[in-house]
Amino acid sequence: MSDNNIARPLSETVGAGPVVRFLRKYALQLGILAVGIIVWLLFVVGSPRTFMSGDIYISFMTTTPYFALMAIPLTLVVITGEIDLSFGSVMAFGMMGYAVIFKLTGSFWLGFVACLIFGLAAGLLNGIIVVKIGVPSLVATIGTQFLLSGAVMIVTNGAGIGMTEMANSGLHTALVGKAFGVIPMQFFWTLIVAAVIWFFLNRHRFGAHVYLTGDNIDSARLMGVNVGRTKIIAFCIVGFMAAFAGFVVSAAVQFYWPTLGSGYLLNTLASVFLGGTSVFGGMGTIFGTFVASFIIGAINAGIVAAGLTGFWTSFIYGLIIVASVSIQTVISRRLH
Amino acid sequence: MSNVLQLKNINKTFGEVAAVHDVNFEVGTNEIVGLLGDNGAGKSTLVKIITGYHHPDAGGEIFWKGEKLDHLSVARAHQMGIEVVYQERALADQQSLWRNIFMGRELTHHGGILNVRGMREETRKLMRTSMGFTSSAITTESTVKTFSGGERQGVAITRALYFEAELVILDEPTMGLSLSETKKCLDFVDGIRKAGKAAIFIDHNIFHVYAVADRIVVLDRGTIAGQFMRNQLSLQELTDRLYHVAQTGQLEQ
Repeated sequence: MSDNNIARPLSETVGAGPVVRFLRKYALQLGILAVGIIVWLLFVVGSPRTFMSGDIYISFMTTTPYFALMAIPLTLVVITGEIDLSFGSVMAFGMMGYAVIFKLTGSFWLGFVACLIFGLAAGLLNGIIVVKIGVPSLVATIGTQFLLSGAVMIVTNGAGIGMTEMANSGLHTALVGKAFGVIPMQFFWTLIVAAVIWFFLNRHRFGAHVYLTGDNIDSARLMGVNVGRTKIIAFCIVGFMAAFAGFVVSAAVQFYWPTLGSGYLLNTLASVFLGGTSVFGGMGTIFGTFVASFIIGAINAGIVAAGLTGFWTSFIYGLIIVASVSIQTVISRRLH
Repeated sequence: MSNVLQLKNINKTFGEVAAVHDVNFEVGTNEIVGLLGDNGAGKSTLVKIITGYHHPDAGGEIFWKGEKLDHLSVARAHQMGIEVVYQERALADQQSLWRNIFMGRELTHHGGILNVRGMREETRKLMRTSMGFTSSAITTESTVKTFSGGERQGVAITRALYFEAELVILDEPTMGLSLSETKKCLDFVDGIRKAGKAAIFIDHNIFHVYAVADRIVVLDRGTIAGQFMRNQLSLQELTDRLYHVAQTGQLEQ
């Protein structure tokens, strides 16, 4: 040992084999995977006819992406220690951009680009309000939720717009068509988005700064991390992806409702928190959110298959959010 | 002796509060400067100005090796070779050891893609050569929250060493350390001198400062109350004078 050694491990006598280290390192991911398998087994036992059929899984792959596409990027914002509750309104706001540009140009593609730009702008607005003005994100994004949905209602006058013209377009096929005649394309988009965001979170400087910002914002600042920029980028990604999800949902049903997005708040948040992302920031995985999204999707189907009314879904999603966050709080208190 | 760092007419106010007032301060090449002062004396504010975290009020000037710095940022300070071991250690508890070592200065390939393998390998080397983490219980993936106070300080100091600092600032480095860990920390400061580098050693404990400093600067209520070479005073005389400063705000010369 060199003279510069100033510290010795507290637990030098405690050995940890590779299996234990693996379990510790991937505890979050393994935990959510175990929850997923248990939930699935319960449904298979409870409703074997439904859950042994391939149709239900095609159904999951069709509808789960609608909120998984937002839950996955929302994980970034929550890891930075912030929250975004406006994504539902951003779905409708982005589509408002589509509607305006499509009406002006008649181009699906330009409308699609406008939709994404509107979403990005909404995310930037959230980021600026939170970072530059200093409004807590909970309050800021509740405010922008109403602001954006209000803007949508003013511009559209509350009327929906049909999108049947794009039914046979390449854009429609690429976003919500069927791969191999069976698998919904939105499922592949969810996989791609999860893979790209996983990469940036785990293998890029931006992701490293996301974790550091949420873990200890003062330390991150002291060590030269641009925490403000990191948060703004995270909000922008959520805005962009919410607009993308809004387009996917609208393309699938070939109709744009100005109230689009109002039903996605609970299941999106439940996916993030059930997936193990800490409400206190600094911790969370894309894998966890991805798996949790499909658990949430399965719970929705399971409730129906079990013969319960749809009213139970809100109750159960709420229960999942409260339970997940409570467990995190207890664990966090013990660690500190 | 030439100066590695020089501050001229530095003021810093937060609202109505003058945290630092008209401070002139320098650190010579290969000099260990002890900075003493009570709580609220302005030590941490001064450190944060030197590291680019806070910007001084208009009129203040900062020189690095004789060159005036117009806009000092944390990143620029790192590039120039100013490293800090903060009193709060500046660690991210839930992150792995390697992420803490390279916090804010990750090794990357093109386009900001992390060189994860490189950072893990460098951390593994540092664990053996600088941190003394020999147990299999601690790996590059271990989260810092499981570390003891001494281990955390080891990480913070190793991080400062790794980036080959010209000037190391240690802000309350012995806070919360055991006797043996404190001894190692003071040895580390001595090692900085032997390596031909400079350091600012900030501590409440005058015994620790007196043991390692070449020159001692006393800060009181945001201003420099006085300074002297260590060999000018005995430890008892220093204690008496600090007591005098606490009462009057002036250091007897």
